[in-house]
Amino acid sequence: MVKYIVRRLVGAIPVLLGLSLMVFAFLHLLPGDPAVAILGEHATPAAMERLRETLGLNKPLSEQYLTYMGDLLRGDLGNSLVNDRPILKSFMEKFPATIELSVVAMLFAIIVGLPLGRLAASRPHSLTDGAVTVVSLLGVSIPVFVLGLLLQYFLSVQVQILPPSGRIDARLDFPQVTHFMLVDTILTGNLEAFLSALGHLVLPGIALGSIPMATIARITRASVLEVANDDHVRTARAKGLSEARVSKRHIMRNAWLPVITVIGLLTGYLLAGAVITETVFAWNGVGSWVVEAINNHDYVVVQSSILVFAVIFLTVNLIVDILYAVLDPRIRYS
Amino acid sequence: MEATTVSGARIGPARRSRGLFRDAWGRLRRNPPAMVGLFLIVSLVMLGVFADLIAPYDPLAGRLADRLQLPSAEHLMGTDLQGRDVFSRMLFGARVSLMAGVVAVAVGFLVGGCLGAIAGVFGGWLDPIIMRFMDTLLAVPSVLLAIGVVAWLGRGLGQVMLAVGITYTPVFARLLRGSILSLREIDYVIAARSAGASRMRILVRHMLPNALTPMIVQGTLSLGTAIVTVTALGFLGLGPPDPRTAEWGVMLTDSIRFLRIAPYLLFFPGAAIVLAVIGFNLLGDGVREALDPRQRR
Repeated sequence: MVKYIVRRLVGAIPVLLGLSLMVFAFLHLLPGDPAVAILGEHATPAAMERLRETLGLNKPLSEQYLTYMGDLLRGDLGNSLVNDRPILKSFMEKFPATIELSVVAMLFAIIVGLPLGRLAASRPHSLTDGAVTVVSLLGVSIPVFVLGLLLQYFLSVQVQILPPSGRIDARLDFPQVTHFMLVDTILTGNLEAFLSALGHLVLPGIALGSIPMATIARITRASVLEVANDDHVRTARAKGLSEARVSKRHIMRNAWLPVITVIGLLTGYLLAGAVITETVFAWNGVGSWVVEAINNHDYVVVQSSILVFAVIFLTVNLIVDILYAVLDPRIRYS
Repeated sequence: MEATTVSGARIGPARRSRGLFRDAWGRLRRNPPAMVGLFLIVSLVMLGVFADLIAPYDPLAGRLADRLQLPSAEHLMGTDLQGRDVFSRMLFGARVSLMAGVVAVAVGFLVGGCLGAIAGVFGGWLDPIIMRFMDTLLAVPSVLLAIGVVAWLGRGLGQVMLAVGITYTPVFARLLRGSILSLREIDYVIAARSAGASRMRILVRHMLPNALTPMIVQGTLSLGTAIVTVTALGFLGLGPPDPRTAEWGVMLTDSIRFLRIAPYLLFFPGAAIVLAVIGFNLLGDGVREALDPRQRR
């Protein structure tokens, strides 16, 4: 087990190196002159010279890369070109919003998708199965921004039961400790604020969670159907075990594996989808920050976000792979 | 052309592969969901191709006096803030959005295919370098990667297609490399090698025809998500540089401020994107089942 984890960790090193080279090239090898690309053609020569100085663009490339790597290893992601704030600081403040949204989306996807898949698999090729198939086809086919706008229109413009955007009612004021709205509102014991934060999470959570929900439903259905035809399930039934016990101990225990893999892969989708969802719902997280940074030509912020998102994605997949090995002893040493 | 004759029957890769696709088409035709998908795609493509003939108005110029009109006989899908005919914009938008999606997948297919083939056939020190690079690309969530590439290259429709194409490159590269590696040990490839065929000939005549099937399946399945990514970039304001361009994603962005008074500005482009994606998803599932009958459930 330890051997397997170590091997996976070592295997991640070349990818991390490649990643650092790629995001380095993103800023330092901008087509044309990076200073011109960032400041625009009408900037004064003095301003360009200042920027080259701050970013070290006037030094040899190899030296630029070594400096960049040194900064990275010390946890320094640089400062924003727009307001000179340390990027890591801004990131830490905004990332909780993105995590909160992604967790709600994933919970929605699992709570709805898993039972839907099991329901469809319990009566294959029935009307129920057909209905689930249609729901999951629609679910994977509606892009998050289309669904987001539709939800906003129907549930906050037509019927005003849910707030259309933002993280919390702007009139409510309370100290931000962890930057997780739900946690902060509980810490301050402000029930009204907590309910407001919860209400603001519903629409973006559903919008971001719909594709994962549909994917989980599909995979669960296929996986359960496959295991349900296995010999050991027939044996379990022949032993006279109750259907509930067969389903829990003999089918689901095996059917879980592909579902867990897909949940891991969906984390990448959640991070990418958050960029769009946050823009639709004016959600003050990392996603909308990246879009804002691009519109401001703040390449340092874009560069660091790409790096951090990729590292998170790699980490989650590593955890999923390890979890997989824990759950399925057959692949542990392969 | 040279043909091997065995008891009167011509056999050769060209003939056999045509048989496979004719066979697959037969299965695809008997698959109702796939045919619905094909019908959706063909209709949307036709509307885009003949946009010049069908569109009743100029998609870029509008009359301010006619702005924000509800759908009517005169303007089938209403008009937008600048008084432009939404129906005409939808037609021209089909052209831009569908073409961008298709070109993007083609870029990923060709670039990824070439890289995968090089890594698989020549191996050596090239293989790990190419594949680690692909792993790196794969580590960045696709929309973010596409956003990054557009930010890097500058705005433009060509840049969007290239950016989205790059996000598919590692998928195709891994797929083709994997197929080639497994085909290396197959009897007929070993036979061709011992008969003295060059590496290039083995690749083109013996490996590619057999490795193509999963690539085609992946390509069809990718078209739906490619269109989503292309329209998403348009929606985020990273699409065509000219903000007047009729593109479904851009049209959605334009609709946001008028949700209350003109929801149809959201419904039509939204429905078009969803129909296109459903079409490609149904078709993709059908193609997969048709080309690989073992996967049928």
